Amino acid sequence: MSTDPFTTSPYGEPVPAGSPSVLRIVWVYPDLLSTYGDRGNMLILGRRAQQRGMPVELIEVRSDQPLPTTADIYLIGGGEDGPQALAAQRLITDGGLHRAAAQGSVVFAVCAGYQLLGSSFFAKGAKCAGLELLDLHSDRGPSRAVGELAGEVDPRLGLPPLTGFENHGGRTHLGPGVAPLARVTVGIGNDESSEGAWRGKLLGTYSHGPALARNPALADLLLRWATGISALPPLDDTWSDRLRAERTAATRVA
Amino acid sequence: MTGGGRVIEGIADGVAGQSTVARRSRRIAARRQSGNLARVTDAKMPLRAKVASSVSRTAAALSRAAGRGDGSVIGGWIGLKIDPELLAHLAAGRSIGLVSGTNGKTTTTRLTTAAVGVLGPVATNSFGANMPTGHTSALAKAGATPYAVLEVDEHYLPQVLEATEPRVVALLNLSRDQLDRAKEVAMMAQLWRAALAKHPDVHVVANADDPMVVWASVDHTAVTWFSAGQRWHDDSWVCPECGAPIERADEQWWCTGCPLRRPEAQWVVEDDGVVDPTGAWHKVVLQLPGRVNLGNAATALAVAAQFGVRPTDAVSRLGGVASVAGRYAQVVREGRNIRLLLAKNPASWLEAFDMADEAPTLLSINARDPDGMDTSWLFDVDFSPLRGRQVLITGDRAYDLAVRLEVNDVPFEHVRTFAAAVAAVPVGRLEVIANYTAFQDIRAELDRVN
Repeated sequence: MSTDPFTTSPYGEPVPAGSPSVLRIVWVYPDLLSTYGDRGNMLILGRRAQQRGMPVELIEVRSDQPLPTTADIYLIGGGEDGPQALAAQRLITDGGLHRAAAQGSVVFAVCAGYQLLGSSFFAKGAKCAGLELLDLHSDRGPSRAVGELAGEVDPRLGLPPLTGFENHGGRTHLGPGVAPLARVTVGIGNDESSEGAWRGKLLGTYSHGPALARNPALADLLLRWATGISALPPLDDTWSDRLRAERTAATRVA
Repeated sequence: MTGGGRVIEGIADGVAGQSTVARRSRRIAARRQSGNLARVTDAKMPLRAKVASSVSRTAAALSRAAGRGDGSVIGGWIGLKIDPELLAHLAAGRSIGLVSGTNGKTTTTRLTTAAVGVLGPVATNSFGANMPTGHTSALAKAGATPYAVLEVDEHYLPQVLEATEPRVVALLNLSRDQLDRAKEVAMMAQLWRAALAKHPDVHVVANADDPMVVWASVDHTAVTWFSAGQRWHDDSWVCPECGAPIERADEQWWCTGCPLRRPEAQWVVEDDGVVDPTGAWHKVVLQLPGRVNLGNAATALAVAAQFGVRPTDAVSRLGGVASVAGRYAQVVREGRNIRLLLAKNPASWLEAFDMADEAPTLLSINARDPDGMDTSWLFDVDFSPLRGRQVLITGDRAYDLAVRLEVNDVPFEHVRTFAAAVAAVPVGRLEVIANYTAFQDIRAELDRVN
């Protein structure tokens, strides 16, 4: 899919040193964690930055490549149990994401990617060690959570309601070191009450796949975190606004 | 053709799916009773099966008469209620080919039916009802035929292998489909692999270009490999055997961690034809568009060859297939030559772009139950091949599509109805690409064109 309107480095190409004005977005392990249109988040962030005149570099890093440690935003997608466990192992061994997070990079993780940021999660019936970047752990829920997900976002983040689609078998329990991203109004999220988690510039959600397509304000929050620019010029969000309105109405009826 | 029937037919899963030792032995006895290959007659069926088969046909006819559908599901459902072994009874004595995979199975089944038709009458589930109820209904309706070619939903392949004991099974491809419901791709490959291990006698015709299909088939004793190309690679970057990365170069692929690699194919698409295992090239002239359908034709020829049909005898029959349950159908409305293409998942969208002409294109997306409720996959599809064409969008989930196209830099216009789309394009070709229920909606507007 190299024909989306960006210059994407091929897998594994080293991040060019210098050029601090380029916003560098890393998609972590698309070979393992890309089940539900996860590429969308990278494309949306890249486009919204470009529309504000920021040069963007999109970097896809495969799981057999070292993770660059100096990028601005790291995206971690959803995946099946096996690839999720493998991704966690490789990220722990690699250590790059820990270094990047410690240096203040933004990390946005969805679904399986969100779970593996915690201390532990379950994959294929076994408890697996997570990255311990967020104070949370996940276990198996009584049923699979599949369907629309909506919630009122933590007011400190200043965002409109979250809307998305979830599809996961896990439940996530937050520790005191993180805040829930949202209070659930539709769907399951972490535990039918809270949804997602955030701390500093690390944010995870069960709103899976191209979560930012329905939540452009969340995309802009990540861009503000990454660039330090607090007043991003507004964009024409006619179509995502219509999509949000249509989804909100649909979940209200259901 | 996964979507349509899965929900409706789910009711019958338990009925067709059970398999106990007692039932199996009863069925083997029934099979013996039913006698010689290629000579199935109602007279040789046990009474219960006869009644079930007859009621099944009647129910299907009633369903059609009442305008409730084509009857291909309800008839089989009732028949299986009366005799859970009905599918096995109806299959006994026929020489059967099964066709399964995520994409292309309805079309390949139609082409294979045409090719095997060289030998005599062939029963088939041509309405795309591809679960045991649909198979039961199709076989009951066809009466005694020496041959059957059945499209099988990939989830049901183990049960249908068990019930029909086919001569050949064709495995086309496996990719992500209906993500909120379907089994994960690797799990599906595992399901197939285990099912084939229980049926060492069936001859497998499998796609050498799809690592998931190859892994499912590679340990089987009798496999014929075909190569039809694979456009979609995003579900097979990780080896299903060992978890190492899979590398690709030209048409080859190989695992970097274990011996799994692309086997050499005996049937290969080359230019506008197909090379058979002897090396002979056969020109294939199809009414169906795209290289994808040339691949489906190669598969059909490979399956037919297992029935003893020579490709030279079969190729001309493939050209007789014009449309398949509305797919590829062409209708003229108000001077617009409208062509319908069905695309249900990322892999089939890529194929549809390949088939479509450089012409105004209407995209329609729904996310009703048969489609899967999740539209995330839109971001797995690169819509950039549509740049430069007039693009219209419609459907229940047009706004999801709008956001995707905007990010993809594909200009579009939103229309509320099919009629508005027709009015918005100039006289000439209008390509329509739609997912399952959106496709059926448009087909209904065109008087259920076949």
